[in-house]
Amino acid sequence: MHKKVFEAYPPKDKSVLIAVLQDVQNIYGYLPETALQEVADFVGLPLSRVYGVATFYNQFRLTPLGENVIRVCRGTACHVSNSANILFNLETALNIKAGQTTRDKKFTLETVACIGACSIAPVITVNEDYFGKVAVKEIPNILKKYSTQKK
Amino acid sequence: MKSFIDVCCKECWHSTEKPCDQFIRCCTEGPLCHHNPDCEKEFKKLNQELTYKEHDLPIIFIGKGTCGLASGAQKTEDAIRAELDKLKIKAVIETTGCVGYCAKEPIVDIKLPGKDRVSYCEVTPKIVSKLIQKTIVEKGIYKENFLGKYGPAENGYVNINDTDFFKRQMKIVLENCGVIDPSSIDAYIAHGGFKALDKVLTHRKPEEVVKDILASGLRGRGGGGFPTGKKWEFALKQKSEQKYIICNADEGDPGAFMDRSVLESDPYKVVEGMLIGGYAIGASVGYIYCRAEYPLAIVRLENTIKDCKKYGLLGKNILGSGFNFELKIKKGAGAFVCGEETALIASIEGKRGMPKPRPPYPAVSGLWGKPTVINNVETFANVAQIFIKGVEWYASIGTKTSKGTKVFALSGKIKNTGLVEVPMGTTLREVVFEIGGGIPNNKKFKAVQIGGPSGGCLPDNVMDTIVDYESLKTVGAMMGSGGLVVMDEDTCMVDVAKFFLTFIQNESCGKCVPCREGTKRMLEIIEKIPMSYKNTKNKVDQLQRFKGIIHLQRLADVIKDTSLCGLGQSAPNPILSGLKYFKDEYEEHLYDRKCKAGVCKELLTFTINNDLCEGCGLCARKCPVEAIMGEKKQAHYIIQDRCIRCGMCVDSCKFEAIDVE
Repeated sequence: MHKKVFEAYPPKDKSVLIAVLQDVQNIYGYLPETALQEVADFVGLPLSRVYGVATFYNQFRLTPLGENVIRVCRGTACHVSNSANILFNLETALNIKAGQTTRDKKFTLETVACIGACSIAPVITVNEDYFGKVAVKEIPNILKKYSTQKK
Repeated sequence: MKSFIDVCCKECWHSTEKPCDQFIRCCTEGPLCHHNPDCEKEFKKLNQELTYKEHDLPIIFIGKGTCGLASGAQKTEDAIRAELDKLKIKAVIETTGCVGYCAKEPIVDIKLPGKDRVSYCEVTPKIVSKLIQKTIVEKGIYKENFLGKYGPAENGYVNINDTDFFKRQMKIVLENCGVIDPSSIDAYIAHGGFKALDKVLTHRKPEEVVKDILASGLRGRGGGGFPTGKKWEFALKQKSEQKYIICNADEGDPGAFMDRSVLESDPYKVVEGMLIGGYAIGASVGYIYCRAEYPLAIVRLENTIKDCKKYGLLGKNILGSGFNFELKIKKGAGAFVCGEETALIASIEGKRGMPKPRPPYPAVSGLWGKPTVINNVETFANVAQIFIKGVEWYASIGTKTSKGTKVFALSGKIKNTGLVEVPMGTTLREVVFEIGGGIPNNKKFKAVQIGGPSGGCLPDNVMDTIVDYESLKTVGAMMGSGGLVVMDEDTCMVDVAKFFLTFIQNESCGKCVPCREGTKRMLEIIEKIPMSYKNTKNKVDQLQRFKGIIHLQRLADVIKDTSLCGLGQSAPNPILSGLKYFKDEYEEHLYDRKCKAGVCKELLTFTINNDLCEGCGLCARKCPVEAIMGEKKQAHYIIQDRCIRCGMCVDSCKFEAIDVE
């Protein structure tokens, strides 16, 4: 599936590594080990270097994602608007910690440094949807909406 | 003629293959190369349409930046479209960016033919039908959600720039934001875009451009405040067959979102600034390094680049000047440290984003070892105006050492959250209390956090400090990228320090020891301050806590002096400014074992007020550790030993019966 990604880039060009990894992750939602090896061969770097880059940046992940990805903004503005509480509530509601996926693979919970929507803090995003000025009371509804909905 | 790239008649010939050096001037003044009254009419008509002066149908502008979308702008648009269909009204719907008043989003502007444009705030789908009825059908003004109008005031409806939020602002960077369609190059040109580029390419040599920028006093808006002209001068003097210019849009500072907003609302301006920069230093390739967390900004940038190529404003022989310039977008992958120049370069090269010691500076040896200039989005957005309105004009704004304006992102506990652009020299008090409107819910102001994780928290008594690179440094903060996060009495300063250190510690790239190990140790010390030692029998731990605090100041100083890059050097700033201005709060945590703000959970006690508790049992069911007991319809009580102080009971109680101390 990810072979197509390679067509858009010149082979053996080390500078495209991050872009290739981003595209591969867009396909699978994470970076599978086999794909990493192929990316390494394609850009002409040892696997260790590719792994180094993949683990350095927050965007890349080496484990698969759940069906829905909840991102809780942990920027300053959100923090002073009590986003820690939102995160805690999500963690208890889903019974996972930030960075984990529920056992039924429905939800992945992540924190993000700042989404840049500070004016409507606290913010969470579910997949591509933004929820601004989130109150703890809204959380069950938001979760319900996505746990029933099929993509 | 539908757009400027269309030819008006046979004599008009601008194309990418055969560029016309008068293209930009021709668009707004045209036709310049021939006399034909029909062509002239066409050009005039197009300009009038694009500047929304003459049109037949009502125009509805909907602010669709990320903040607008998050507040429901898309739903509002759908409702408007449905309503228009229902009433069988024909109208043009234009997408704009963010006007800056994020607290009042979704913002919708309505302009009727022959009338002034009027701005409405908080337009939810619920009020859409009333709004359309009142404005488009009855041709009046919908008073309830009126924000401001463009053009002169009438009948008590004031001009938008005379409203409290806008009247102290001065818009240079944000001039077009929220006003024009950010995905239309024609609208940008009709509003005076690319005129600066045209002027520079035809009348100025690269050396003169650099001299002008130097004279204007423009300084880097990304945080450091290094004079932009100097940077360009260094790069210009380097002899190299290839040079690069990079726009740093890796806006990692939590609490800052002006770069996102500018890229979403006026991307052409940034590209124009980069073109001028590229011409000045002799670079033929440019990169925009944008955060992947800003998908909308990336989409708009891609569209911008595509349009510029089509219009011959990017590519070979731009406007017939012989200047070639190519622009590429690089998506960041989420690393705060990549905002640092050398780390950003490493990231573009496809490596781990780790900084390098300077010198050599990027202007001498940067991307792939070639001279490279890196400037922030806001810096580039300033460039065009300097050439349009003149160097002297720009140099006359601001203070002695800091010229021009600065965009601040107001957020946190403040009424008017959003983006504000003020001239340098404005006091912080004006920005927070007059433009920002102060603190909501009658709470007391405690501090304002300026400059992101590298900045500091400033209390009320230094709020009269003026906005200027040097003044902010003297009070222990820094300009940073311009995020202003306001904190009220419910914010705990120890917790804020802990928050920033956690952030820095996570984002430390791990290359140099002071930053990697030092921030970790600092975090450990800070984390111990609000810990309750009630249940620990180990007294050594408590002793360690005091020992750590004694060393905190020294540790902070060492990290500041010895770290490799700006991230590490400024990492202790939140602690240092906290110790400077909020020492009593640290002491209160340490000696009295109290957190007045009620944030540090371990120091709190939760009790149920027997008089208010109705015994509904909701809190008992919510409590994750079953620490709440009680008979039905009787007052409940909390078993303190079990309580983990999560606060779930407080959130769930409908009678506000739970006291927190």
